[in-house]
Amino acid sequence: MGSEYAIEMLGITKRFPGIIANDNITLQLRKGEIHALLGENGAGKSTLMSVLFGLYQPEEGVIKKDGQVVKINDPNDANALGIGMVHQHFKLVECFTVLDNIILGVEPTSKFGLLKKDEARKRVVELSERYGLQVDPDAKISDITVGMQQRTEILKMLYRDNEILIFDEPTAVLTPQEIDELMQIMRNLRAEGKSILFISHKLAEIMAVADRCSVLRKGKYIGTVNTADVTMEDLSAMMVGRNVNFHVEKKESHPGEVILHVDNISVASRTHHKDAVHHVSFDVHAGEIVCIAGIDGNGQTELVYGITGLEPLKEGRLELQGKDITKASIRERSLSGMSHIPEDRHKHGLVLDFTLEDDMILQRYFEKAFSSVIGFMKRPNIRKYSEKLIDQYDIRSGQGSATTVRSMSGGNQQKAIIAREIDKDPVLLVAVQPTRGLDVGAIEYIHRQIVAQRDAGKAVLLVSLEMDEVLDVSDRILVMYEGEIVGELDPKKTTPEEMGLYMAGAKRDSERKED
Amino acid sequence: MQKERTPLLRKPSVQTLLASLVCILLGLLIGYIALLIINPAGAGQAITAIVKNFWTYSKPATQIKNLGMTLVKTAPLLMCSLSVLFAYKVGLFNIGAAGQYVAGAGACIYCAIGLGWGWLPCMVMAILAGALVGSISGVLKAYRNVNEVISCIMLNWITLYLVNTLLANVKEPTSNYTYAISKHLVMVDGAATTVANPGAIMPSLGLEKLFSNNKYVGLALPLAVLLAIAVWVVLNKTRLGYELRATGLNKNAAKYCGMQDRKNIVLTMAIAGGLAGIGAAMLYLTGLQQWSVTQSSVPAMGFNGIAAAFLGGLNPIGTIVSSLFIQHITDGGSFLDMRVYSAEISDFISSLIIYLCSFVLFFKTTLNKTLDRREEKAIRMAKGGKAS
Repeated sequence: MGSEYAIEMLGITKRFPGIIANDNITLQLRKGEIHALLGENGAGKSTLMSVLFGLYQPEEGVIKKDGQVVKINDPNDANALGIGMVHQHFKLVECFTVLDNIILGVEPTSKFGLLKKDEARKRVVELSERYGLQVDPDAKISDITVGMQQRTEILKMLYRDNEILIFDEPTAVLTPQEIDELMQIMRNLRAEGKSILFISHKLAEIMAVADRCSVLRKGKYIGTVNTADVTMEDLSAMMVGRNVNFHVEKKESHPGEVILHVDNISVASRTHHKDAVHHVSFDVHAGEIVCIAGIDGNGQTELVYGITGLEPLKEGRLELQGKDITKASIRERSLSGMSHIPEDRHKHGLVLDFTLEDDMILQRYFEKAFSSVIGFMKRPNIRKYSEKLIDQYDIRSGQGSATTVRSMSGGNQQKAIIAREIDKDPVLLVAVQPTRGLDVGAIEYIHRQIVAQRDAGKAVLLVSLEMDEVLDVSDRILVMYEGEIVGELDPKKTTPEEMGLYMAGAKRDSERKED
Repeated sequence: MQKERTPLLRKPSVQTLLASLVCILLGLLIGYIALLIINPAGAGQAITAIVKNFWTYSKPATQIKNLGMTLVKTAPLLMCSLSVLFAYKVGLFNIGAAGQYVAGAGACIYCAIGLGWGWLPCMVMAILAGALVGSISGVLKAYRNVNEVISCIMLNWITLYLVNTLLANVKEPTSNYTYAISKHLVMVDGAATTVANPGAIMPSLGLEKLFSNNKYVGLALPLAVLLAIAVWVVLNKTRLGYELRATGLNKNAAKYCGMQDRKNIVLTMAIAGGLAGIGAAMLYLTGLQQWSVTQSSVPAMGFNGIAAAFLGGLNPIGTIVSSLFIQHITDGGSFLDMRVYSAEISDFISSLIIYLCSFVLFFKTTLNKTLDRREEKAIRMAKGGKAS
């Protein structure tokens, strides 16, 4: 045990046809440190982790554990070496209890194959006390909060005596309060001698909790720094390769007339018998960005479905520019000036197996410019239109208009949707998590586009789960909790902490004024 | 990312063609092994007979005439495979092509014999009948979310027995078969009798002369080929095709952009049904076959259509070739030595090939993986070369 490093990945190179996903990458995790792995989407973080777990074999490079070269052929090898991971999307059995999930796969059994849960429970309780991980071992996963689900995942690793703990984007699903708790847990783990690898692209969190940070960019290793010696700006420059403006530049908003009037609407839920949205009312004015904030699954999706027509309203009334659209079809809403950047670009936003030009005309293929009266598509016009948008919105792809959309990067796919929806020249732009899963550069671009739409006098309804996005981009914040709007906040006056209390349902406006 | 010319083996069309050929060869090989097991003596002769089909005859004239027979039956098969393909492009599995085909057969035979109509209105009725049966599945799918495979299979049988019942009215008194299509059943003084109705036979366009006066060859095949091209044009060049493809590839996105996904599903099934229906008209309005009103199995044509569609790489033009091939080996089965094997052995071999067709995708992935590996190796070699 002479090495100061718990795990070392030295000179790792992994190629895929046409792309080098990892190009000579070195990552050295010291014993008892929190080490952040920073990089944009597509920088090679996932590939590197897959190599560590034996899912890919690198062409070059070695992995060392405690200074000894090891060969990792599959995840079982990684497990045997004491490497554990909390995935971004938890791997839990919803209908099992916390305890059952923790022991899943390593169940203590008697000679006759009967479970010996008492022993396991004792250990789990002991572990959770030691590391300050509050869980109820007998609660079902489906009944507990996301934070507690994550603690269950951490306990899974500890129960297996893992020494090297990997957290893959662990804060994406948490409230600010839960994030603070997680940070504390990570510090406790470090104090107990665990080595932690923290994968993230959130700089503030890295600065807050990590000791060192390794940065990847486009498959290349950029460097490792002590977080105490650098600023957030330094890290972001390392990650993106240029200086990025975090703060969204925007002028004062000048709200005009009411564009979208939402009056007491309710939307039924697909997953349970209660309404996903109950009795929600608000207005969106021309020239303002209204943001619906909240933790995932509090009715935002259904609210948007109701407004855009993907789901029928159970009750209530919708008006667009004074026109009743409560019962209007999706096409009618679109033609009346509603654009919709959907939450899930793969499910709703794009036909992935279409070419880029075919996806570009998805909302207007029926217009005279794109198809003739007898129903033939006007290919030359479509190509011209698509080229125009590609040019204007800087959409990058392998073969231009003829590229299959599936083969494009997430950021460019999203740009294509944004180009299509904005070019429709809407009066109302409904944008749901428009920057989800995108890298810093693309986020900056998309925020600029949204603000530009507002400045052009459009009404914008933005739904976001990202605290920073909500505070930076919006002119007015509506917090949604369990299907209701529980608070209206001014982004210039509120704080993340205050928003967090509303989002967690701990606080609500006693009587929200209808405007 | 620089633009590169796609290597030949990487082209999807080449890959589909290769995969289809591999399926055929493997099917024949496994079929041969099966024949060896059943009776080693005749296996070689049998497999050649299946592959040779009409070439078994020595006289060129007879060969041509029998080629004509295969072509006559290729037309309806092609229509059935287009029916399957069309629905498949919209994300529906039309296993009901068989039933829609039966509906078309019932409609055109009854209109010809029972009502004494000419071939064109008979054909139109066949299309409508097929479309009606297809749209029932479509409506159930679109508005009640009934799985189209289940409703199609049930409708296949419902349609078969309905058609048997209907055509029992126009059957020969002494057999289970309907009258020849060129006859019109009329009541004279309370007694059923027939008069000639030659107008119910499709025009031959003089094509019979090309096939040693095979009188069954006519309009059907060129019409079927034209329809295959039309299906391709509709799917790829029109607004309707754009909508249907969008619905098939991602029905959530289709809904999101305001397409009427339900209407499109019904329309698709109606068109698919119409294609299968006209297929039946193409066979029965030649006069080649009569309908047995006691048949208790759905004609294989519709099911073979599924195979032809997949073997043809789900490309309307590809299905022209694959339909011809499947019909070719099916007919080849009749040249088997009946003392050694039963004629069904050709069904067996074609079903082997069809079964292997589902591996087309598998072959494609394997091929791509091999190519990937080879490229990776080449990159590594090139790198090693530079280093040394």
